[in-house]
Amino acid sequence: MGKKIIEVKQVRKDYHVGEVVVHALRGINLEIEEGEFVAIMGASGSGKSTMLNILGCLDTPTSGEYYLDGTSVASMNRNQLAGIRNRKLGFVFQAYNLLPRTTALENVELPLMYNASLHSKDRKKMAIAALEAVGLADRMDHMPSQLSGGQQQRVAIARALVNNPILILADEATGNLDTRTSFEIMALFQDLNRQGKTIVFVTHEPDIANFTSRRIVFRDGLIRSEERTASVVDAREALKTIPVLNNHDAL
Amino acid sequence: MNYINLMRIAIRALKRNKTRTFLTMLGILIGVASVIAMLAIGQGSKASIQTQLSSMGTNMIFVMPGSMFRGGVQMGPSNMQSLKMTDLEAIEKNCPDVTMVSPEVRTSGQSIYSNKNWPTTIYGVTPQYLDIRKITIETGRIFTEREVKNSAKVCLIGKTVKDNLFANNQDPVGTVIRFKNIPFKVIGVLAEKGQSGFGQDQDDLIVAPYTTVQKRILAITWLNAIYASAASEELGSKAQTEIEQTLREQHKIKAGEEDDFTVRSQTELVNTFSSVSNVLTALLGAIAGISLLVGGIGIMNIMFVSVTERTREIGLRMSVGARSRDIMMQFLVESVLISIIGGIIGIIFGMGASALISSIMGWPVMVMPQSVVLSFVVCTFIGVFFGWYPARKAAELDPIEAIRYE
Ligand SMILES: Nc1ncnc2c1ncn2[C@@H]1O[C@H](COP(=O)(O)OP(=O)(O)OP(=O)(O)O)[C@@H](O)[C@H]1O
Ligand SMILES: [Mg+2]
Repeated sequence: MGKKIIEVKQVRKDYHVGEVVVHALRGINLEIEEGEFVAIMGASGSGKSTMLNILGCLDTPTSGEYYLDGTSVASMNRNQLAGIRNRKLGFVFQAYNLLPRTTALENVELPLMYNASLHSKDRKKMAIAALEAVGLADRMDHMPSQLSGGQQQRVAIARALVNNPILILADEATGNLDTRTSFEIMALFQDLNRQGKTIVFVTHEPDIANFTSRRIVFRDGLIRSEERTASVVDAREALKTIPVLNNHDAL
Repeated sequence: MNYINLMRIAIRALKRNKTRTFLTMLGILIGVASVIAMLAIGQGSKASIQTQLSSMGTNMIFVMPGSMFRGGVQMGPSNMQSLKMTDLEAIEKNCPDVTMVSPEVRTSGQSIYSNKNWPTTIYGVTPQYLDIRKITIETGRIFTEREVKNSAKVCLIGKTVKDNLFANNQDPVGTVIRFKNIPFKVIGVLAEKGQSGFGQDQDDLIVAPYTTVQKRILAITWLNAIYASAASEELGSKAQTEIEQTLREQHKIKAGEEDDFTVRSQTELVNTFSSVSNVLTALLGAIAGISLLVGGIGIMNIMFVSVTERTREIGLRMSVGARSRDIMMQFLVESVLISIIGGIIGIIFGMGASALISSIMGWPVMVMPQSVVLSFVVCTFIGVFFGWYPARKAAELDPIEAIRYE
């Protein structure tokens, strides 16, 4: 048994919209160990994003407990949560969310800018290392508008990696990409996972979930089923089965 | 997050929207430039009036018949004839802080030399008059005590009179001119003084012994004014009081009764004009200040637009660990930068405008270092004040909602 990175107990989340109360999460119990690659699946509106936001300390549960790396975060205030996000977590969003008219390198540096203990020289070194890890060392000075969707998402992954987080969270990170590029991104995630990174990945597509080691299916704010992937598909192998339609960056 | 990073982020954001940044700055720029220019005009005119007045002699005290400045009721003619030579003698005897004193009897009339004539004013005085009023002699000499006693028909002429009666190269000294048909021998020419602060030509005059003007021209016994000089500027008001008391005794005015004369000192006049121009400066400054306020509101407006536009950016920054305070500072630094840069350019433009006004309009202007420092402080304050609310709005955004904002 590895170290518990995530421990969620009876987490509920209610949204009040006017008079109506939406129960987005209705008592979730969940444990994730260090080194796992977890896919969260489920129908639209089942509470996946809500769960991920809570796991990512962007939001706090209405009730229940959440231990991240052994610390209780359910009752932390905004500033404390910001500190946790800055030091322990990395996010990848569906829409990439890169700063426009800002170079790839500066985009990757962004989380480090909010870490006062780092010098600008270290920041740059760490950002370059992260870009190298996603295979974009030669695109450091490119603006987001000069990069393809897949490349932009890789910059976003580099940004999520740069602070050396204990957990990477991705919400439909391949949602905007074609199959081939999605597989390339998944290969990258698999590499990171092999290097020991814990990853929680929200997706709609069973194909994509096949690349992860465990899948959790949500329905109506509850976990409906949970299973370990019997045989994890290697994304790089899977890529070979897709016919090449046009020029892509080689991995 | 340290300040260098904040500065870098703010500068990058401002560069991203150059036109908008410039237009926002323009509001502050115009505001500051007009404050600087307005205050420069106000201060400049104040300073120039002050130097003009002091060039007329800051120790000077003058006595006029009648209490013109009090009550507002015009006095009868007897009141206007209240000053006599005996008053002057009493002042000489009883006022220890008065060093010089001279009568003044004046009348306007036509001056004639050969085929030229010129309307001017003759001043009947004693030799001390020139020292009291800081008038110097260019060529020739002042008349003697003896000439005063004899009501001698001698005179000194000002530059304007000389220019209008004599040819360029002619020396008036020794010639005889006529004033109101009485012949006067010119014994000197007065040095040029230029225009006074009130636009009056100070060189358009003839100076003669008061006895001559009193007896030969006007046939009167009273004086139009008495000019005196205090021992020093500091003793001005003391000397003024001494003169007032002496004259009240001379004129046998009982306690509680109105004076039949008015004593004014140059220092008093300087102060009056200073306070008038202070009001003027304040008024000009206030008008300019309003435009600065409008500029500040412009900053606030743009900062709101900027916050709304960059909601997703704010959400992203928060998700990677920016605290509310970091976001708040980011936007505050931005608005302060806009207003300070606008302010600095405004100061430069304001100084340029002041120089331009002074060279084109010929107005005296003076850029005070205080108004530059003040503008700078006010700009910083405007940046913080008008940036505060938008920045707080940004800092209070919910990270999840912000990052999903379309
Ligand atoms: N800010 C909010 N205010 C009110 N209701 C919300 C809010 N966010 C989510 N919900 C509701 O909570 C439920 C779960 O939403 P969530 O975004 O977690 O779904 P999801 O599983 O991520 O769906 P999708 O696959 O479409 O992204 C939905 O019914 C949604 O309408
Ligand atoms: Mg979702």
